[in-house]
Amino acid sequence: MDFNDTAAEAEFRAKVKAWLAEAAAEYLQPPAKPWALEDFVTRSKAWQLKKFEAGYVGITWPKAIGGQGLTPMHQIIFNQEESRTFVPTGLYSIGLGMCIPTVFTHGSPEIAARYVPKALRGEEVWCQLFSEPVAGSDLASIRTKAVKDGDEWVINGQKVWTSFAHKSDFGIVVTRTDFDAPKHKGLTMFIVDMHAPGMEVRPIKQMSGGSDFNEVFFTDVRVKDTHRLGEVGEGWKVSLTTLMHERLAVGGKPRNAPGYQTLLNVANSLETDTGPAIQQTDVRNRIADTYIADEGIRLTQMRALSALSRGQIPGPEQSISKVVVAKTLQDMSAFALDLAESAGFAVEPGSDLEKLQGSYMWSAGLRIAGGTDEILRNIIAERVLGLPGDLRPDKDTPFSQLKPL
Amino acid sequence: MNFDLSDDAKTLKEAARKFLDARAGPSAARKVMDSGQTHDAKLWAEVVEQGWPAARVPEAHGGLGLGADEACVLAEEIGRSLAPVPLMSTLSAIEALLIAGSAAQQAEWLPKLASGEAVGVIAWAEGPNSPLQTPATKLEGGKLSGRKSPVIDGLVATVAIVTIATPDGPAMAIASLEGVTREKQDTLDLVRPSATLSFAGTPAEGLGTAADWVKLTERLAVLSAWEALGTADAARDMTVAYAKDRVAFGQRIGRYQGVKHKLADMFIKAELARAHALHGCWAWEADAPELAQAASAARVASLDALAFTAEESVQLHGGIGFTWEQDCQFYYRRNRLLAALIGSRAHWSDRLVRALEQRNRAAA
Ligand SMILES: Cc1cc2nc3c(=O)[nH]c(=O)nc-3n(C[C@H](O)[C@H](O)[C@H](O)COP(=O)(O)OP(=O)(O)OC[C@H]3O[C@@H](n4cnc5c(N)ncnc54)[C@H](O)[C@@H]3O)c2cc1C
Repeated sequence: MDFNDTAAEAEFRAKVKAWLAEAAAEYLQPPAKPWALEDFVTRSKAWQLKKFEAGYVGITWPKAIGGQGLTPMHQIIFNQEESRTFVPTGLYSIGLGMCIPTVFTHGSPEIAARYVPKALRGEEVWCQLFSEPVAGSDLASIRTKAVKDGDEWVINGQKVWTSFAHKSDFGIVVTRTDFDAPKHKGLTMFIVDMHAPGMEVRPIKQMSGGSDFNEVFFTDVRVKDTHRLGEVGEGWKVSLTTLMHERLAVGGKPRNAPGYQTLLNVANSLETDTGPAIQQTDVRNRIADTYIADEGIRLTQMRALSALSRGQIPGPEQSISKVVVAKTLQDMSAFALDLAESAGFAVEPGSDLEKLQGSYMWSAGLRIAGGTDEILRNIIAERVLGLPGDLRPDKDTPFSQLKPL
Repeated sequence: MNFDLSDDAKTLKEAARKFLDARAGPSAARKVMDSGQTHDAKLWAEVVEQGWPAARVPEAHGGLGLGADEACVLAEEIGRSLAPVPLMSTLSAIEALLIAGSAAQQAEWLPKLASGEAVGVIAWAEGPNSPLQTPATKLEGGKLSGRKSPVIDGLVATVAIVTIATPDGPAMAIASLEGVTREKQDTLDLVRPSATLSFAGTPAEGLGTAADWVKLTERLAVLSAWEALGTADAARDMTVAYAKDRVAFGQRIGRYQGVKHKLADMFIKAELARAHALHGCWAWEADAPELAQAASAARVASLDALAFTAEESVQLHGGIGFTWEQDCQFYYRRNRLLAALIGSRAHWSDRLVRALEQRNRAAA
């Protein structure tokens, strides 16, 4: 076993490091205060273009569509080095991580040629229009309706929780095109223009205060049949491509998120009724537990990487990542805030505790986004351990005749 | 990067699995329990024939000269099969000699341990202490005096690594157990019997320094983590099979999320522990400064995985799980043996944080 790069990997890493030192010079320290949304978008676009021009976008994608044709190892090395900086990230993770792979896997070559290059350059931002008020975990129950009209489709309905829809130019949308087929069989996927007539995006304020996600209303929105992804009625299959990429994308611990080291620092700085916090058994136990979860996930990813670098498919252990990361972050943040007594409750901008207050708030969303804790446990139990699936009484009935039990 | 067991270790693991599947497992464990034997002598002879005790012994001493990876996969398979043989104790004693033995001590003991002529144990426990608390046992003028209990596999062992008080803290001595008084000490594990060893002027030699003992405990933490992982996986596999079979309210119980999510949690805890166990194995093999941190994490994570799995396995079997006849008890009981083997969860949790603090100080 060794944690060292191969000679070729080391060379690539050195190249990336040298490039980042210069290109990301203004991002070597965390921002003094979080960027406002507009500022974040402007900075994200500029950074994406820089990366594109240097050849660090679409690292694993085929050269034919504008990617670099390199291996997952190259991507990981780039991510590792980039994550040592504080460059703006997130605006493109849904588009490049999930939407565009769906576009080039299921769209025609003309469609890929139209959309992929601009997405790579960061000129066009994409969003994922899947969840609806009535359907999140149970994605196949969506109701947004698409009806064929000549060589166009007309879409009506509503999506919700669409991250960055208000900053997006395009989206991929799952619709129902056949209400008389069972729920998984009547779906079709399209590319939609977020600025098309009939599209309305309304930001939703999150419980954490910001507005990263939105409601999206479709009123007679017209889409050309050329912008269909996959066959009519095959939308479920197509969405699985997206979700597969989603699970890869939201795997590890979010960049710059607090971890066991944060808790250690907090404990070192605080007194309790019975002496320094760091000397309390329960505090030390919690630091150990947080280390085990944080580092356990990092090391689990190393296992996956080792498989990838040998050209093998990572084992099922990858599936544990998000369930562990999100809940650990929530528990650790709450524990650290408790340690600080009422100072953990009062908000002081710029303090270490403020960061933990932030992670306490957004970890609640992380436990839901991209598959809830419960759904992920189901997936582990059913796909990894081979347990029988939940009973699904709605599986074979025409969608239009479904009644909840 | 190559964060995975070596191919040789994986091959050995496969072979060990096949070998033990045919010979060990809960029913073999039950036979030893029912008969009151100290171990399964026939299986031990076959294990010796496989060369497993010789795994880590250098070729010059009649061994195979294999790495930490191989020791870890053997531990995992012994854990999985509950094999009633003193292999883990013997591998532990060998590790002590590899870390701390003089040339003469290695020459005297390693060939015997490799060939199965000698069976080794680690004798450190003296009641409610931790492996880093100074024991009462003393080595004076080449004579050992004190009482160690419980010594796991102590009824079958022929040589013991014994912890002794020194001015620097606990250190080790090595003593042949010929003529030493031993009594059976009942414990919660009924498959690997323990003994009380009473040393009264027993001839012994000092073995290395106090720091060597600390290092040995770290390697044993890694080794025990792999053993615990194997045991946890076996308990989970058994329970998953039961959940796919048992019917309640017209459904396989494995369809209920109250059941399947517990099984998913067993998997999650085991995979977290496996990542740390691999890290520990790497640090051991590389003799890396991260060993203290990696070994502590491996031990705590694996004990958590095993405790959760062993306890919930009984629960998910329902009434039958609580019977003497059902096999859940072996995992439930082995969980206590492994928890007590080389320092408790609380002990290692604290050592983990100390290792992190030390690392941070070094970096500052
Ligand atoms: C921050 C954030 C960003 C998001 N971004 C996007 C986005 O960009 N695009 C997009 O399409 N969606 C997005 N989502 C939506 C997200 O995918 C859904 O919220 C999620 O899949 C859960 O669906 P739901 O909200 O409808 O909850 P529900 O599915 O109604 O779940 C409610 C509760 O019931 C539980 N539950 C549901 N089904 C089961 C079951 N079978 N077994 C056990 N428990 C069950 C859930 O675990 C949950 O606890 C985002 C969500 C968040 C929080």
